[in-house]
Amino acid sequence: MSVTESTDTSDEPVVDPTERVRRRGDDSAVLRMSEAEAAEVGNDPHLHADDQRVLLNMGPSHPSTHGVLRLMLEMEGETVLRSKPVIGYLHTGMEKQGEQLSYMQGSTNVTRMDYASPLFTELAFSLATETLLEIEIPERATWIRMLMCELNRLGSHFLFMATNGMDLGAVGMMIYGWREREEVLRFLEKVTGLRMNHNYIRPGGVAADLPDGWEYDIARLLEMIPPRLKEYDTLMTGQPIWRGRLQGVGAMSAEEAIALSATGPVLRSAGVPSDLRRDEPYLAYDQVEFDVIVGTYGDCYDRYAIRLNEIRESVRIIGQILEAMPSGDYRVQDKKVTPPPRARIDESMEALIHHFKIFTEGYKVPAGEVYAAVESPRGELGVYMVSDGSSHPYRMHVRAPSFVNLQTMPHMMRDGLIADGVAIISSVDPIMGEVDR
Amino acid sequence: MNAESDDSTETEDDPTPSAPLRYDAPLTDSRGQAVVHPSRDTWLEVAEAALNDGFDHLTDVTAVDYLDYQGRRDLPDGVEPQRFEVVALLSNIVTRERIRLRVQVPVDDPTVPTLFDLWPGSETPEREVFDMFGITFVDHPDLCRILMPDDWVGHPLRKDYAVGRIPVQFKDQGATR
Repeated sequence: MSVTESTDTSDEPVVDPTERVRRRGDDSAVLRMSEAEAAEVGNDPHLHADDQRVLLNMGPSHPSTHGVLRLMLEMEGETVLRSKPVIGYLHTGMEKQGEQLSYMQGSTNVTRMDYASPLFTELAFSLATETLLEIEIPERATWIRMLMCELNRLGSHFLFMATNGMDLGAVGMMIYGWREREEVLRFLEKVTGLRMNHNYIRPGGVAADLPDGWEYDIARLLEMIPPRLKEYDTLMTGQPIWRGRLQGVGAMSAEEAIALSATGPVLRSAGVPSDLRRDEPYLAYDQVEFDVIVGTYGDCYDRYAIRLNEIRESVRIIGQILEAMPSGDYRVQDKKVTPPPRARIDESMEALIHHFKIFTEGYKVPAGEVYAAVESPRGELGVYMVSDGSSHPYRMHVRAPSFVNLQTMPHMMRDGLIADGVAIISSVDPIMGEVDR
Repeated sequence: MNAESDDSTETEDDPTPSAPLRYDAPLTDSRGQAVVHPSRDTWLEVAEAALNDGFDHLTDVTAVDYLDYQGRRDLPDGVEPQRFEVVALLSNIVTRERIRLRVQVPVDDPTVPTLFDLWPGSETPEREVFDMFGITFVDHPDLCRILMPDDWVGHPLRKDYAVGRIPVQFKDQGATR
């Protein structure tokens, strides 16, 4: 390389970041190629004979692709040029299924989408249904929902810590992340009866009140977690290998992140302070104090650090909820939505009939369309619901944050190494159940 | 969420106060959420006006098939109901205002211009709508199936696609054991 050439490259016009993500042809970061075209390229030895480009499939069954994500990569040596996430391996038609199930059954369905943070999908579904029903849920139910969701956020972020560590070779971290998540899951199991797919948050409130002595369990968790986070800091945050592996990898500007519709830690890492808990407070988030964690460089390290600090913020929120938990009903006392209590069924014929009707037919929801969004650990999780006045949603669409965030991946991976690609997949933290629905 | 608070973008002398406009398209309120109803011809213009007005985040693109819905009443006067409706959810990342664009798409010509050139983030949501409803986004850079296999027949979220109607896959290959 001569000196003149190197100066030439530095004189390249500066490209507007949003223009870069709009590119369509070969200079795009996205490998827009169908299976058939890819197979053709792969079978033709002369097509890329002059350069060293190869097409490589990563996944769908690959330990670092978080389940069944497949990446189609165009590589030159170890460098990723263009890439495209190929999804759908876990598609089970849950939105179609949602149209067959009544509003009462719907939360059982949506909870299976994001299996690492199922309570958030239940919450978004319930909020959408409640907006259509125009019912106000009791204060205690609101705070129980908040408590459970923040605990679920802890569990989800601990899972991220575990898988992120594992993907990058800090295999010990996997055990530690799992250990803490287990503590959270134990409490969730105590309250909801299940470790995942809780079906706990339902339209009208929550399924059951908190068990006796829940305060002690929560206080124990709050005592346990901060020292464990210090261990994480020792093991990862300040460690030169960890920093070297993540800093500057998969960097993205704020303009690009917004243009690509990113939300959650992916958007916040680029420096955009966007958190629905603060921006559009739902539940009682306007009554608790917490900080929105924002990154600077939009790289994998920022996304790791954001999630680590969000655990601290969630601990802070849970501490305030523990202090402020009001007493009262845990579900709305509207007989249209809430089935009669079990004891009433034995003594009242009407209650029995009502119980039967509500579980066979469900309740009717006024016609209309609504969008309700919550801040899930992965970003904005929204439910767009259309009701035609019957007991089943006419259309139930879930805006899954992982699904939308996946499209930032090719742009983060461009011109990076394939080993960094693994760090990038991990830092987006996609849950494939939610991506494919 | 604050629907009618922004009067600056409404057109100058609207004779009927009962029919508010936003970006020259009818504006309605759905449970406190602002909904704009552009036609297919004005779809891109309205979207661009919204983008220039600060709605820089395209939260989602989805669609609804209104085949079985009897007596829809949520459309403003002058908007002809069609079988499909494409819904774009926009939000302003600074003010956190949200609006929804809903465009009617007839079944005999299910096409809509793509929003890719305004918001590149529309790429995968539009692919999902294409896959699930068979609505074509004109000028989309890579319109192909995303959740279903490439050779799948039919569009599952259409209302005339029955739940149980699942063709048997890999039937012609015969059993291997």
